[in-house]
Amino acid sequence: MSDQLPAILLLAPLFGAMITGLVGVKDHRFCFPILVTSLSVSLACALALVFQVQTSGPVDYFFGGWTPERSPLGVGIQLRIDGINALVITVISVVALLTAFYSLRRIGEDNTEKTPQFYMLFQMLCVGLLGISVTADAFNLFVLVEVSSLTSYALVAMGSKPRGTLAAFNYLIMGTIGASLFLLGVGYLYMKTGTLNMAGIHEILLDPAIGHEPSVYVAFILILVGVWIKMAFFPLYGWLPNAYSYCPSTTSCLLAPLVTKVSVYMMIRVMLSIFGAEWVFQSLGWSVTVVWLAIFAILAGSLLALAQVELKKMFCYLIVAEVGYMVGGAWLASHWGMVGAIYHILADALMTLCLFLAGGIFAKQLGAERIDQLGGIFRRMPITATGFTVAALALIGVPPTAGFFSKWFLIRGGIESGQWGYVGALVISSLVNAVLFFRIFEIAFFGKNPPEGHGHGHDEEADPSSSAGQPTLFGQEARLTALVPLLITALLVVLLGVFHAPIVEIIQQALQDLPVVGVPTPPSDPTAAVNAIR
Amino acid sequence: MEFLNEHVVPYFNYWVYVILLMIGMRAMITKNNLIKKLIGMSIFQTAIILLYVSIGTKSDSTIPILEEKDESAKAALTQTAESPQTSGDKSKGTDSGSGAEGENKKKEKPSKYAKAQPDRFANPLPHVLMLTAIVVGVSTLGVALAISQAIFREFGSLEEDEILTKIKQGGAGGDV
Repeated sequence: MSDQLPAILLLAPLFGAMITGLVGVKDHRFCFPILVTSLSVSLACALALVFQVQTSGPVDYFFGGWTPERSPLGVGIQLRIDGINALVITVISVVALLTAFYSLRRIGEDNTEKTPQFYMLFQMLCVGLLGISVTADAFNLFVLVEVSSLTSYALVAMGSKPRGTLAAFNYLIMGTIGASLFLLGVGYLYMKTGTLNMAGIHEILLDPAIGHEPSVYVAFILILVGVWIKMAFFPLYGWLPNAYSYCPSTTSCLLAPLVTKVSVYMMIRVMLSIFGAEWVFQSLGWSVTVVWLAIFAILAGSLLALAQVELKKMFCYLIVAEVGYMVGGAWLASHWGMVGAIYHILADALMTLCLFLAGGIFAKQLGAERIDQLGGIFRRMPITATGFTVAALALIGVPPTAGFFSKWFLIRGGIESGQWGYVGALVISSLVNAVLFFRIFEIAFFGKNPPEGHGHGHDEEADPSSSAGQPTLFGQEARLTALVPLLITALLVVLLGVFHAPIVEIIQQALQDLPVVGVPTPPSDPTAAVNAIR
Repeated sequence: MEFLNEHVVPYFNYWVYVILLMIGMRAMITKNNLIKKLIGMSIFQTAIILLYVSIGTKSDSTIPILEEKDESAKAALTQTAESPQTSGDKSKGTDSGSGAEGENKKKEKPSKYAKAQPDRFANPLPHVLMLTAIVVGVSTLGVALAISQAIFREFGSLEEDEILTKIKQGGAGGDV
């Protein structure tokens, strides 16, 4: 049974989607239990895999029993779970499960007839994202990217806002260009190496006669640009703000924390597992250029976020800046930069989920879509406001939230490799985030309450009648199904920060198999420096 | 003529694929009509399929199906079907000769491949991959057409500039 965990991880949501299609369409009540069951199975598998990797090293799984003994050329599709992606799949399952609970009441309000379809797409998206994280086959990676992308397009288009459809269309065009470029790059790699297994490609590329051919460089650049489009890296981010801000609240809670982060992990995977750090940082020598692109991404994202008046749009530009953090960290060519980038994938997924959950609750209960409508939230919705505050502090980088430690590791990486521009950009971005959120806090504490009639009642997502009709204990606080996920997420953001040491240890252990060349792994206690300043 | 013989004729498929790719890319980016964008998208994806199919084919080769032969040949054929690089090399000629060397060094089982007759078979793996890619392309197109239908229902138009004008008229927030 435990041998089959990687397969069960993927198959549970896949079969969940099928069963939802068969049973859920008849009776909508079955949809939610199926969703929660399948995601819980995935989460259990992910946790078991974390444990298994810790005790007995990376797990290799071959679909259909096509082990290397039976097919020496690596034809079989391999799943490989090391410490890093075990953490990534855990975070994906946690975020999906929390969003599932949040969707329980919301989805009926977003679009009633399409509940089973929504839940099918939800689970297929999870299959795609989990698959991207665990697969060790370059072409399989493309297929799973397309599984997750196709479901995202449909989920974005399902909203009731008219602009959502156009945003989904643009997302689809951009996403298809990205995926096609990725496929093209894989084609070039296959031409040169004759295999699609990541480890196999890596071994062959170690030979300088092949590894330094122009077509391998072309392949890397095509793959990189493709992945950058998928993750909305700075010059290629055009699709993201509209797609994420015009889609239903549950969809944005699901997509915003996961899709970009998993794409960043995909880039790290391509860099370390397929090409290898030595090739990427020494043969290609683009490190400085890409870090400068990341600096522009951070600054542009932060400044554009500052210019927004809509809450959700602001969050979207913050994501653009956060993607800049991670890409920059991964390209610093330093050990701590990579650790920071990977840790930030986990931290940012939870922080973004927390932000979008809070934003969704504000939009629903108050009809507040713009920042200036958030007056008096601490009095009217104390619990939601607390969750929002935790997310905001994490994004600013206040200890002991997870955001502080990821920034700490990233800055340390920047100093290690002498990229002072990157360090400066991180600091500036933290300051901009502080300005951004304290402006909201000021409105929240001292701003005027908007009139009870919810001036912007033309917004379909915020239905004033449902919230005004039922005064609860905490003023206009949301239902428990929305509050509990928010509070759990906020708690996780803090816990991930407080217990960063074991997680960093897992990441470092996994990085020993995939060393980031140039800087030897510091053998001493990694958290000593962090503890010293606490 | 020299240039044609040296660089165009042997790589004709690859030239065509690049040209198709550029046509598709241009249509996706510059066309105003959403359906024309989708046509561009299809051309773009088809160009990549042409690339992959070109990797796998070679002249005078047949489909990789097992024939009635003795056991050793059967085993050899199975190996052929599973060894993309052996047949891929022959088709690529100059470009990937070094690839096979690296592969053989890694494998340490050269005896099995000596029996194989990769010249007779087209490399099936890229073709199989393209079956999947075609399915992905079709489903992308399906989702895209469904979304454009929804756009037409909302805005009454499939021209991008007309849709954007309507969005602007509807207010900055986009709630038409």
